[in-house]
Amino acid sequence: MANDLTSASTSVGIVAPQRAHFAQPLALKGGATLNQFDLAYETYGALNADKSNAILVCHALNASHHVAGVYADDPKNLGWWDNIIGPGKPVDTNKFFVIGVNNLGGCHGSTGPASINPASGKPYGASFPVVTVEDWVAAHARLADHLGIKKFAAVMGGSLGGMQALQWTMQFPDRVGHALVIAAAPTLSAQNIAFNEVARQAIVTDPDFHGGDFYAHNVIPKRGLRLARMIGHITYLSDDAMMEKFGRALRDGKLNYSFDVDFEVESYLRYQGDKFSEYFDANTYLRITKALDYFDPALEFNGDLAAALAHTKAGFFIASFTSDWRFSPARSKEIVKALLQNKRQVSYAEIDAPHGHDAFLLDDARYHNMVAAYLDGVFAEISN
Amino acid sequence: MNIRPDYAAIVQWVPQQSKVLDLGCGDGTLLKLLEEKCSASGYGVEIDDANVLACLRNNVNVIQMNLETGLAGFDAQSFDYVILSLTLQAVRHTELMLREMARVGKQGIVTFPNFGYWNHRWQIARGRMPVSDDLPYQWFDTPNIHLCTLADFEDLCTQCGMRVLQRLVLSDGKPVNALPNLRGQLAVYRFEAAQK
Repeated sequence: MANDLTSASTSVGIVAPQRAHFAQPLALKGGATLNQFDLAYETYGALNADKSNAILVCHALNASHHVAGVYADDPKNLGWWDNIIGPGKPVDTNKFFVIGVNNLGGCHGSTGPASINPASGKPYGASFPVVTVEDWVAAHARLADHLGIKKFAAVMGGSLGGMQALQWTMQFPDRVGHALVIAAAPTLSAQNIAFNEVARQAIVTDPDFHGGDFYAHNVIPKRGLRLARMIGHITYLSDDAMMEKFGRALRDGKLNYSFDVDFEVESYLRYQGDKFSEYFDANTYLRITKALDYFDPALEFNGDLAAALAHTKAGFFIASFTSDWRFSPARSKEIVKALLQNKRQVSYAEIDAPHGHDAFLLDDARYHNMVAAYLDGVFAEISN
Repeated sequence: MNIRPDYAAIVQWVPQQSKVLDLGCGDGTLLKLLEEKCSASGYGVEIDDANVLACLRNNVNVIQMNLETGLAGFDAQSFDYVILSLTLQAVRHTELMLREMARVGKQGIVTFPNFGYWNHRWQIARGRMPVSDDLPYQWFDTPNIHLCTLADFEDLCTQCGMRVLQRLVLSDGKPVNALPNLRGQLAVYRFEAAQK
């Protein structure tokens, strides 16, 4: 029976973040070891008796473990994927136990560069190691152990979150029933890496960056973060979506013949940049963009993605959006082709949406209905 | 449930455990049937959003793409059967489609409405484009751009280097043996590349 998305679709309501401490050292792909770490996470819905109904939601660049619902003391702080997760929603919390987790190296509660290094009593800062998608998945697996979950019904995510879902199927083939890989890619393109590098250069050349140890100077490299966010934001939207949203509209109704804001789009980008620079950690931004750049599961297999996916056991739902030029449909099709070569269970949806990369976060009925239908199948499978 | 007659034929022809690719798979009904009756596995290809959703609801693997751009996402000889049911007549690049089917599949199965059916001929003789249960559209709103008779299709197979392995012609769901190009409403062909 398909979800009825029109009635009784509600929010998970008030939620509270949790923390888990992991005292066992974690060896990272880059060679460093974290002796201990914390992960911040949230859960929605109830874990069933045989612990088979868990869905892990992986976040993209700037998001967090706060995926759905609101906080009691901050009722406007809605989870970043609240439109798809909740009772009666496509990721139905009446059926599934849904987990959001902040990635290692993040700045929303999990151990990251701004956290205090117990060895020194000071923030890690520049000394916080470079982390990879593989490291995140290894850390997620510790959280799964902590919660007593041997196998996820599904691991899902969009963009960088989709890459983590894909990595899960390769790194822990026996622990993933299904992977929903949305608006993702098997690697970044040279252009993607180039955008990331511009963002990183904006941060590291900000005089307030202090080589990553800006915490001691009581400053934040705000200018760098603003620029990083502005350039990132441009790549998340399509040309058409930007034109539709802003056109050439003027903020003051006239041209100022100055270098201050003339156009609405400038005003919007500055606002987004300012907001971002107030809550996001510069060191986290560097590490997350590097994790994106490094992601290349086919690398160890002479570039053969099919070989990288040969040991996967999950079923796959892959989706892309036609106007997404950051992670275009062609990149998702590379994943689909490699899965077909392995005769994996896979469905692929190419959603005709005008919003660019950000479409994966938006409430589009075609897209949401497909996720709902796929997860209905997953639920039927675990209920048998 | 009444099974569409060309589906019933295909289910008879496909051996157990086959790997199948269903081009223009609609809501996934045929794949579901092949799964249940033949323990077959495989994928459907669809372009329409509503059909992709229906496939997902039917728990059938579906790949959303435009058939007209070819089957580049599929490796050569990666399926036992590539099926094109009641879709050939709506395909623009017919030759390319047959060649792609023979490349990707060890064998192809095609079903199409026979334009040479007597009732269609009769309507043309009376000066009208045929409208029937099998061709339910008016000439101005039909998606069917490449209609053919059994004889036409067999000629094209020869021209494209395909060998017909099996043919079933149906009328009201029953096999037609005498004068099939005149009396048959629905044709079901199984073919392969003459030279592999």
